[in-house]
Amino acid sequence: MTRRKTWFQFLFDVSVWLSPLPIAGLFLWLIGDLILRGSGAFWPDAAEVGGNSVVIVFEQIIQFLTAAPERAGRGGGIGPILISTGLILSVCMTVALPIGLGTAIGLSEFLPVNSRFGRLVRRSLDVLSGVPSIVFGLFGNAFFCRFLGLKFSIASGGLTLACMVLPLLIRSAEEGFRAVPDSQRQAAAALGFSRWSTVFRIILPQASLGIVVGLILGTGRALAETAALIFTSGYVDRMPRSLGDSGRSLSIHIYDLSMNVPGGNENAYASALVLVASLAVINLGAHQLMTRLLKREVAYA
Amino acid sequence: MFQSNKDRLLTALVIGMAAIAGSIVVIIAIFVVKESIPAMTHIGGSRFLTDESWHPADDAPRGQFNLLPILLGTVLSSMGAICVAAPLGVLSAVFCQFYAPLRVARWYRMIIELMAGVPSVVFGLWGLVVLVPIVASIHPPGQSLFTGIIILTLMILPTVVLLTDAAFSSVSHSYRQGAAALGLSRATTVLSVMIPAAWSGIVTAVLLGLVRALGETMAVVMVCGNVVRLPKGLFDPVRTLTGTIALEMGYARGDHRASLFFCGMVLLILVAVLVASIEIANRRGRHDTT
Repeated sequence: MTRRKTWFQFLFDVSVWLSPLPIAGLFLWLIGDLILRGSGAFWPDAAEVGGNSVVIVFEQIIQFLTAAPERAGRGGGIGPILISTGLILSVCMTVALPIGLGTAIGLSEFLPVNSRFGRLVRRSLDVLSGVPSIVFGLFGNAFFCRFLGLKFSIASGGLTLACMVLPLLIRSAEEGFRAVPDSQRQAAAALGFSRWSTVFRIILPQASLGIVVGLILGTGRALAETAALIFTSGYVDRMPRSLGDSGRSLSIHIYDLSMNVPGGNENAYASALVLVASLAVINLGAHQLMTRLLKREVAYA
Repeated sequence: MFQSNKDRLLTALVIGMAAIAGSIVVIIAIFVVKESIPAMTHIGGSRFLTDESWHPADDAPRGQFNLLPILLGTVLSSMGAICVAAPLGVLSAVFCQFYAPLRVARWYRMIIELMAGVPSVVFGLWGLVVLVPIVASIHPPGQSLFTGIIILTLMILPTVVLLTDAAFSSVSHSYRQGAAALGLSRATTVLSVMIPAAWSGIVTAVLLGLVRALGETMAVVMVCGNVVRLPKGLFDPVRTLTGTIALEMGYARGDHRASLFFCGMVLLILVAVLVASIEIANRRGRHDTT
């Protein structure tokens, strides 16, 4: 056998070494562009510079985050849009959290591992996590907006998103439950604890980290979503007065500004920067907690 | 075993929640099918392929419902993206696992994870503002199948890279040691030992990437041009199934609305077929190793 590299092997080596370049390059280009153009809206105009420019930038950011959009979003800020986004997310989590937690408790604490019902639910959740988001949008429009008569509203949007984040939430919560060692369940049973107290006094407190991770990841997923919201929560960019009002989420605002509003690019970029920055914070938080969760699991094992 | 009332309540509650969670996907399927029934009865399956054009605003007798260009747009854009993303993604995962120094690999993985978290509207915005003018300067109009493929490639790469990376990690360590003991070169180790050993995982990664590409909506709408016409080349605009739904759902009535739900149903079927084939690939993979 010769140790000399063939041409093919050489070619393979070279392409492996080169493969990360286009990917990382394009991605860094995207992020750099987002930061540069996105922060452009916050820099003080050259003529205005005077006084403390840091203060001015800070004021501009606050202004952008609180003011109402003007001229279809070309000017002004994203105040009402942030409120709508927050309301949609709250509806989503208020509905998804109890159902998700209940399901996770049922799957991991109550149902036998190989029960047919448990396997059926798991399989169905796997399928649910593969459904494209635009199909969630169609379903939300047909079911929540029309069938239940909620029309285009923050409630419809939040409920649609709740269906979407459920698999993610359940999986993380189950991770959390799995991190609780079986010896504790046995100890609780030996002490004659009822299932109620075992779940609420022993399991849930210890699994809270996993649940919080799920909550954070689910919020991130919901925050990034656009397609499922266009035909459920609607386009209206006014300040919502109730959950029955239509409200525009941050991601829809970006879409609308860049596609339908000529001259909306600057504010679209600024909104995109706000969106990506909040997602970065969310994901970092989840990452930190996850590391702690893993450490705890290792400590028990 | 003795059960208190509280326990019975809790059991009923969690089983009920699980039943709700498990039935959502069924309700989705029922509603998507139910809403698309008018399209299937009024228009009929064959007209989606034989009509002259896509002018769905009028009801069935007068409207034109040719889905073929749209279907082709979806297939071409996602197949194009996976054809680029699959080799590039697998090579990248090989880079992470077998070539890069540990620290570089960690940085690279972090970049890929960040990339996975970028929302699709942001990819779309960047594509529309930065990429489209560049593509237009090569070959107008810029919003085209080509731009769509680039953006989709970037969006599905994280899926392919991270899952392939995980598949390599789960290959037994003895394979690597055996290859080293035989004095195989790095390229040979990867090509003839590691890739065959991780094959079913790699196939799963690529197919899941394809699922993601098929279902992607916003970024595609923003960069593909959305003209309903059979594309003659890489630089022609295309419209996808997802794009059609996103663009027309706002004003669709009657048979038009039903035909959009029909698009959704076609999309669901495509995804279901892919997910089923992933499962088959995995089952076969498990048989291979045992």
